[in-house]
Amino acid sequence: MMKFLLKGLLRDRSRSLFRMLMVAAGVFIAVFMHGWMEGALTDLIDTNARFNEGHVKIMTRAYREQKDQVPNDLALLETGELLKNLNKMRADMFWVPRIKFGGLLDIPDENRETLEQGPVTGLGIDFDKEEEILKIKRAVVKGSLPDDKGEILIAKNLAEKLKVDTGDTATFIGSTMNGAMTVYNFKVSGLVEFGIVAMDKGTVLARISDMREILNMPGGASEAYGFSKDMFYADEDMAALSAKFNKKYSDEKDEFSPVMEPLSAQPGMGYYIDMGEFMAAIIMSVFIFAMAIVLWNAGLMDGIRRYGEIGVRLAMGESKHGIYVRMLTESVAIAVVGSVIGTLLGLAATYYMQEVGLNIEFAVQDSSMAISNIMRAKVTPLTYVVGFIPGVFASVIGTMFAGIGIYRRNTAQLFSELDR
Amino acid sequence: MALIELKDMYKKFPMGKNEFTALKEINLEFEKGEFAGLVGPSGSGKTTMLNILGSLDTPSEGSARVLDNNIGDLSGKAAAQLRKKHMGFIFQTYNLLPVYTVYENIEFPLLILKMSREERKKKVADALDWVGLTDKKKSRPAQLSGGESQRVAVARAIVKRPDLVLADEPTANLDDENAYNVLEMMVKLNEELNTTFIFATHDHKVIKYLKRKINLIDGKITEDMADLPGVKG
Repeated sequence: MMKFLLKGLLRDRSRSLFRMLMVAAGVFIAVFMHGWMEGALTDLIDTNARFNEGHVKIMTRAYREQKDQVPNDLALLETGELLKNLNKMRADMFWVPRIKFGGLLDIPDENRETLEQGPVTGLGIDFDKEEEILKIKRAVVKGSLPDDKGEILIAKNLAEKLKVDTGDTATFIGSTMNGAMTVYNFKVSGLVEFGIVAMDKGTVLARISDMREILNMPGGASEAYGFSKDMFYADEDMAALSAKFNKKYSDEKDEFSPVMEPLSAQPGMGYYIDMGEFMAAIIMSVFIFAMAIVLWNAGLMDGIRRYGEIGVRLAMGESKHGIYVRMLTESVAIAVVGSVIGTLLGLAATYYMQEVGLNIEFAVQDSSMAISNIMRAKVTPLTYVVGFIPGVFASVIGTMFAGIGIYRRNTAQLFSELDR
Repeated sequence: MALIELKDMYKKFPMGKNEFTALKEINLEFEKGEFAGLVGPSGSGKTTMLNILGSLDTPSEGSARVLDNNIGDLSGKAAAQLRKKHMGFIFQTYNLLPVYTVYENIEFPLLILKMSREERKKKVADALDWVGLTDKKKSRPAQLSGGESQRVAVARAIVKRPDLVLADEPTANLDDENAYNVLEMMVKLNEELNTTFIFATHDHKVIKYLKRKINLIDGKITEDMADLPGVKG
C-alpha cells in the first residue's frame, strides 16, 4: 500500500514536487539564517575574546571597578607566580599577560621636531605566545614582527595618518603606572591590519617586556587572559573555572587580590550571548509557525484537490484513521526529502558566506567593540540538522491540521459529493 | 436469509427547526444475485437509500440489515470494514484516481484488503478481461473515453468479487452507445458472478435492463416490480 501511495505521490507533482520545493525553500532560509546568526555571534564572541576579553580575564579587584579607564596603577604585579598557578589549575588552556596602555605617538622629522602626532591605544603582549591568538603574522601587511627591544607594530590606518613607515622612529609619550611621565623612542618594524575597526583605528602592538620597563610595571600586567586551546568558548566551563579561582585566590578584603571573570561577565557580552541564543530560538519558532501555516494551507488545498480521491477511498472502506495516517506519512516523506534538499542548499550558501563573507565596514566604523569588518556565516554541526526542525515539524503540523477535515467528513454525503 | 432487509425504515434530516423526511416506511428485501433499481425523480430518496444500503449512513427509525449487519448499530470502523470486504461502488462521475493507471485503479480495493501481490495480479487481470480493457491497463484515466472510464469504475467495483455493488446513476454521463456497453457488461457480470447490483437511477436506458424496479416518490415506495425480463446480457 505504501509503495502504491508513494507512486501516486511521485506522479502528482503538485502534491510532491511543489510541496517539497516549498519545504526546501523554508528549510534553506532557516539553515542559512541559523548559519548567519551563528557566524555573527561566534565571530563577535571570538573576536572579543581574542582581542579584548579572553575566555576568562584576571585583574585586580580594584582594577575591575574602573576597568573602562584601564587604570594601570591598579594593575597586577609580579604575574609570574599567578600564571604558574593558572597553568597548574588548567594546563589545557593558554594563559597570557597583557598590558593595555594609552598615550600619544609623536613622529619626528629629520630635525627631531614633531612632524605628526596622534593619540594611540596599545597592547603590550608576548609575541611568541600571542601569535596564534591574535593571528598577528597574518595581519602584518608590511615589515615584520618586532624582533628586538623597542620595536613596535602600528595599525596601517594610523601609520598612514601619521605618515610613518617601517623603519621610522615613533616616540611614545605616556605615563607610568605611578603617574610619572614617560617617553620612549620606538622603531616601527611593521604595519598591521586586522580587519577589525576597533583594532585598525589606532592600535600599537609592543613587546610586553618593553612596556613593563616603559610603564614601570615590573612583572606586571593590566590583565591576564585565559583561552581554551581549541579557542571554543564554553560559558559554563569558564564560569565554573572563574568561581573556583576566585574562591581560592580572590579576597574581598584585599583590593589588589586577583579576580577572574568569564567572557560573558564582561559588559555587553553576556547580553550578546543571551540575545544571540534568544534570537536563534525566535527565528526557529517564527519559521516553524510560518511554515506550519503555509504547509497547513498547502495541506488544505491538497485536501480540496484530493476530495474526490479521499471520498472514493472512504467509500471503498479505507478507515478515516488509515487515510489520516497515510497522509501524515506522505507528509513526512515529502518533508524529509524537502528538508534534505533545503539543508544541502542552505549549507552551500552558508559555506559560501563563511568563506567570502559580507563587508560591513560601513556599519561598524564607529564601533568600539571588536567586530570584524567582514561578517561571515558559520557552518556548525547544528547547521546540518537545524532545518529539519521547521521542515519536518511544520509539514507534519500543517498536515495534521489540514487532515482533521477527513474526520469531519460526513460519509452520508459521499454519493452526492462524488457524483457532482 | 435475504441479503438486505429493510423494515419500517425512515430517514429524517434536520432542516432548521424542522425535519425533512427523506425516506418513509420502507420495507424491502433483496436476495443475492438481484439486478435491481431504485427508480424515481430527483429528491425521491434514491441516493439516501443507497447511502444506507452502503453503510455510509444510518436509518433514523426502523432497521436496515445488510449482509447480516444492522447498519444502525455499526461503528464507523465496522461500517468501513463492511464496505471494504463486501461492497463495490460505482459513481456517476467515475471518480477514478487520476495519477494511477487503469491497472492501478482496479488494484486499489485489493490493496486496501491487503491481498498478496500474486492474488491481486490475477484478480485485476480477470477484471480487466471482464470489462474488455486489458489493452488499456497502462493508460491513465485522462486518456480514456467516458465509457471506458465507467468500465474501469465497474472493474474496480467488482474486482474483489463483492456481494453487493451499489451504483448511483452510472450511465448519466454516457452517450447511448457507451451506456449500452456498460449496462451489457454489468448484466453479464451479474449473471456470471451472481453479484447483486442495486442502482439508483431515473435513466430509461438503465431501467429497461432492470430485473426488479422499485419506484420511489417523495421517499415512499409506490411500486415494487420484480421478475422483470430485463435485457439479456
